[in-house]
Amino acid sequence: MLITRLKSAETLESLLKGQIFIINCHGCREVSFPTAEAEALEKALAEQGRVAGVITTDYICNPENLSVRLEKHADAIEAADTVLVLSCGVGVQTVSAMFPGKRVCAGCDTYPLPGFQGVTPLEVDCRQCGECYLNITGGICPITACSKSLVNGQCGGAKDGRCEVDHNMECGWERIYRRLAQVGRLDVLKCPVQIRNYATDKNVGE
Amino acid sequence: MKITESFARGEFVVSAEVGPSKGVETASLVAEAKEYLSNITAVNVTDCQSSVMRLGSLATCIKLREAGLNPIYQLTCRDRNRIALQSDILSAAAFGIENILCLTGDHPTLGDHPQAKPVFDLDSVSLLYTVKKLEEGEDLGGNKLVGPAPSFAKGAVVSPCSDSVDAQLAKMERKVRAGAQFFQTQAVFEPEKFIAFMEKAGQFGVPVQLGVIIPKNAGMCRYMNNNVAGVHVPDDMLAELAADKERAKAGITGVEIAARVIKACRPYCQGVHIMALGWEAKVPEVLKLAGI
Repeated sequence: MLITRLKSAETLESLLKGQIFIINCHGCREVSFPTAEAEALEKALAEQGRVAGVITTDYICNPENLSVRLEKHADAIEAADTVLVLSCGVGVQTVSAMFPGKRVCAGCDTYPLPGFQGVTPLEVDCRQCGECYLNITGGICPITACSKSLVNGQCGGAKDGRCEVDHNMECGWERIYRRLAQVGRLDVLKCPVQIRNYATDKNVGE
Repeated sequence: MKITESFARGEFVVSAEVGPSKGVETASLVAEAKEYLSNITAVNVTDCQSSVMRLGSLATCIKLREAGLNPIYQLTCRDRNRIALQSDILSAAAFGIENILCLTGDHPTLGDHPQAKPVFDLDSVSLLYTVKKLEEGEDLGGNKLVGPAPSFAKGAVVSPCSDSVDAQLAKMERKVRAGAQFFQTQAVFEPEKFIAFMEKAGQFGVPVQLGVIIPKNAGMCRYMNNNVAGVHVPDDMLAELAADKERAKAGITGVEIAARVIKACRPYCQGVHIMALGWEAKVPEVLKLAGI
């Protein structure tokens, strides 16, 4: 189980460009989904005439399920400049993989709670570190896709695109670089030096 | 002496690397360094290279400095969190170490303690940033340092022959922005790839030392081709090493290859960094043959 919290208004404003399509995932919300904050954000965006569409659904971590549910929203998503996903990190990564050419933003940080973890029938993973990096890594999680969980780019250990730790695993940062190039967002690699905040990471030190 | 002073004077800067032993004995390493590496600008000391536990980099740097050499303190993020790293950086400054090379480090599973916890609290980029912050008199927690701040020539590494060279260049740019003042590269055996890399890396305006390994034999090169990221020894060099085994064993072929790579790349870079891997005694020959 998990808790999602909306990122700060300042962060969200910097992420949201043009018309926004919003995906709310209530899959694991037995525990905690920031319903009131998400509604307030949607209302504020609607007042600015910036909402291209909204879907509130569950378990978007299941891509087959999700693609069926998004069918009737295909035109709205196509027209939108940004897809804002309010879910855990797995949901954001599922949507990013589904729309590789689209600006997909993570609106939440994800914190863990012990227990059932949603559907996640994928290789995609979210460590619920409480500090979601997906907005600066093209929707591919550097914490789970990189063996060293590096947040400032590729180490020198990749050979033929494979990780030095596990040759069956593609280098996560090569995937991130390729995705950013594909969506024309290599500029995010010029972002400030990233230093992880383990104080938000409930998996560590408690 | 800071290695950056040599770059500023326009020198072609030569450094070489030594690896501490698995034990407390330093006399032979220091003696060899004095004999073969006294005439070059600086000597790198590796930090438990390849995740193999050895005597510390800082202790060995101090010993080299006492012997009149100019050490470059290699520091990785593999084994220490930000508290220990900052503390070690201050310790290095307290012992008069003036050059630091910031690396992420290999994963522990590659070394002789695969059960160890991988730390990576910081990485090469945030470590450079941390050194710079300490130089400004403040630690990562935002607390003021007492007394004079440390000051280093801050180095980093880059892999010019990597098959993901664009991602490497992006990381290099992040390192420059975080404070890197010079670069040493992964070993180069393909000058054309290095030259193409330098054409792109030149935009950062930071000096780059060509990384060179003296190849010992064809088997070693095949091993690197299969296992070492960013290193590729071309077939003709493999054939050259395999053609006369005695000549290769005596180091003659390897010295020739290393000197040839340096000569081909010299117009495109600001120095050379030799990783002799136990063949420190051959460094003077390589430099002589390369015309340095």
